[in-house]
Amino acid sequence: MIIELGHFMLVLALALALIQSVVPIWGAQTNDSRLMAIASPIAIMQFLFVGLAFAALTHAYVTSDFSVQNVWENSHSTMPLLYKFTSVWGNHEGSMLLWVFILVIFSALVGAFGLNLPPKLKANTLAVQGWITAAFLLFVLLTSNPFHRIANAPIEGRDLNPILQDIGLAIHPPLLYLGYVGFSIAFSFSIAALLEGRIDAAWARWVRPWVLVAWGLLTLGIAMGSYWAYYELGWGGYWFWDPVENASFMPWLSGTALLHSAIVMEKRGALKVWTILLSILTFSLSLLGTFLVRSGVLTSVHAFATDPSRGVFILILLVAFIGGGLSLFAWRAPMLKQGGVFSPISREGSLVLNNLFLSAATAAVLVGTLYPLALEATTGAKISVGAPFFNATFGPMMVPLLIAVPVGPLLAWKRGDLFAAMQRLFIALGAAIFVTVLCYALINGGSALAPLGIGLAVWVMVGALAEMQLRIGLFKLPLGKSFSRLIGLPRTVFGAALGHFGLGMTLLGLIVASAYQTEDILVMKPGDQTSISGYTFQLDGFREHAEFNYVDLIGSFQVTKDGQQVAELHPAKRVYTSRNMPTTETAIHTIGGVTQLYLSLGDAQENNGIGVRIYYKPWVTFIWLGCVVMFIGGCFSISDRRLRIGAPARKGRAKQAAGTA
Amino acid sequence: MTFSLQPRVVYRLFAALLLALSFQLATGPAFAVKPDEMLEDPKLEARARDISEGLRCLVCQNQSIDDSDAPLARDLRILVRERLSKGDTDQRVKSFLVDRYGEFVLLKPTFSSKNLLLWAFGPLVLILGVMAIFLFYRRNRMIAQKAEVEGKNHLSEAEQERLNAILSDDEKA
Repeated sequence: MIIELGHFMLVLALALALIQSVVPIWGAQTNDSRLMAIASPIAIMQFLFVGLAFAALTHAYVTSDFSVQNVWENSHSTMPLLYKFTSVWGNHEGSMLLWVFILVIFSALVGAFGLNLPPKLKANTLAVQGWITAAFLLFVLLTSNPFHRIANAPIEGRDLNPILQDIGLAIHPPLLYLGYVGFSIAFSFSIAALLEGRIDAAWARWVRPWVLVAWGLLTLGIAMGSYWAYYELGWGGYWFWDPVENASFMPWLSGTALLHSAIVMEKRGALKVWTILLSILTFSLSLLGTFLVRSGVLTSVHAFATDPSRGVFILILLVAFIGGGLSLFAWRAPMLKQGGVFSPISREGSLVLNNLFLSAATAAVLVGTLYPLALEATTGAKISVGAPFFNATFGPMMVPLLIAVPVGPLLAWKRGDLFAAMQRLFIALGAAIFVTVLCYALINGGSALAPLGIGLAVWVMVGALAEMQLRIGLFKLPLGKSFSRLIGLPRTVFGAALGHFGLGMTLLGLIVASAYQTEDILVMKPGDQTSISGYTFQLDGFREHAEFNYVDLIGSFQVTKDGQQVAELHPAKRVYTSRNMPTTETAIHTIGGVTQLYLSLGDAQENNGIGVRIYYKPWVTFIWLGCVVMFIGGCFSISDRRLRIGAPARKGRAKQAAGTA
Repeated sequence: MTFSLQPRVVYRLFAALLLALSFQLATGPAFAVKPDEMLEDPKLEARARDISEGLRCLVCQNQSIDDSDAPLARDLRILVRERLSKGDTDQRVKSFLVDRYGEFVLLKPTFSSKNLLLWAFGPLVLILGVMAIFLFYRRNRMIAQKAEVEGKNHLSEAEQERLNAILSDDEKA
């Protein structure tokens, strides 16, 4: 019964979404404030209905109701409660429901908190959200309905894919979706602005918090997914330029560009047209990612052709939204007034440069992801595009961008002085050169380019703090005065500094971990020892351990350095009984919060031996800690007073902007 | 180029996780290079690892044979090592495999005419972007100059009024 109610709620939500798609926009056209005013309550009601549908499905999972096909396919009565919750979205239908749920959460937030938005902009924005919601609700109801019943309910479910039985599933997909669906708000605001034919700096300020929220959560979601892959898979790898990863990385890249161009628009009223285009493109990339992942086109072009119902549906949505968005843009954008003149060497100029490189990098990732599909579909020729391609095309575009990162914030708006900015960065430059030389002098082996990369990372990290140091007068004023100035700084300054600092950290982690990692692959028997990078690993023995849904073969290792015990590690080879599927449970020991010893077990060999993989991964945690720091930077920026009070009145805004510019 | 990301994570987790389409996609995680396959000579083994990372396991999804535990990947790994032990150069090992399995086996596509767009697209966007920015700044400068010229020649209504007022004051005085 609850399942049927859930299904019904979803249909009701669709009906509401259809009303929301039409009525507010009609109101905006005819200047009818009553029609415009229904947008917010309808958005909130939709959130309620989709939420109830989601709750109904969750209820079926928690109570192991195997008469629901989706539950039967993806759950098992003996699973721990946490995984019963998370398996709701550990499958196609459920994850699409989550997608729509997050979409309506964002609409409801705009409805509930966008109180000081101009009524027309708000009505149009919510109407566009209504289009997206209606389209995806139709997709769920027609092609991916999670509420199907089975006539004779099976007694036991087929279990969740063991790889997904991990805390990672609880965190990664929701974060990722919050990020990529969050960009829908920027898209809707842009379409609304185009419909209305007016856009100004205040628009940028209303959109920026939403972009920041989506960007921050996407950053965290990608990092979380990468760390999950790292510990779950047992290879010690964290990124491999797979199409599914690229699908989430592309919106991140263009979202990062959007974040920066919106600053120019807010502060200087320039780059309006470009910012609008970028918000359309960013959400288009989110939709493209959804298409790639959900249609099955990646598995095989042929599989897609034989069972195209879902794929074609999303493809139509994709064409409608991207094509419609871009057509509207082409039609309306020339009518938007350009503002704010600036010279190439200026804060704006540096942000244009940022956008240039990020866009080109996005294009490189996009073509690498789609080209093999397009080539196979058109000529039948099959090629593979893997990591070596992306390292060769994406990498070189990042280097000039990273070099420019610390310089940008030190340039003045409108017309900057590059020489003066460089003078202010002499500490960062000195630190970078010092560290590079030190690396060349002290480290033997590894890549010859690695010390340069490390120098670049240090440049980005130290340089990220230069703006703050300058503004608080550190080393120039007495410490107490500097400190009081530090407290008085706008939070966006902290946000930018932390964001850039985190980027440097991630870069540092990537370079050090890939250039200086060591590994050993061998067969060990109880009592055997091996050493890598000064750490000795001794296998004491193994034992079996059975849980209700899996059996572990656990190895026991003593790790020592210079005779001192460092850790005792217990990697395991796990077999899930219901599907008879093996997984690897790696054992990771973190030294000093940065470097990791990574141990995973392979197959049992003859003579009581077992395959063992050991990695020494220096500074590897920086990769993910850097992302966390970027996220925190995003939080600082959102909490800035100017954004927190959200939508300023159009008159008051000019004064404020002048005060902070 | 130092921004080389470790390519050795496997497709499967993400396939399972994000696709979450079917369970068949994700069989268990694996243990790619096995100790018994490895060559005695560490230099030769390092070369074999290097080559393996650039070769695709044909039955997997975008996964190199170095990462994959599929039986075919194992066969290919052993094949690569055999050829190397017989004294083949890296290039000959690769072309041997391409002859046998087609370009699909290479994770780094060749620089051939059919891949022209693939390799050129990113740089092309960069170049077009630079051109667009150049035009943008040129127009920007023109607007600025025009504004300056207009600023010299024309006064706004308010300014004109004030000017008139001042002038008329002068006349009175």
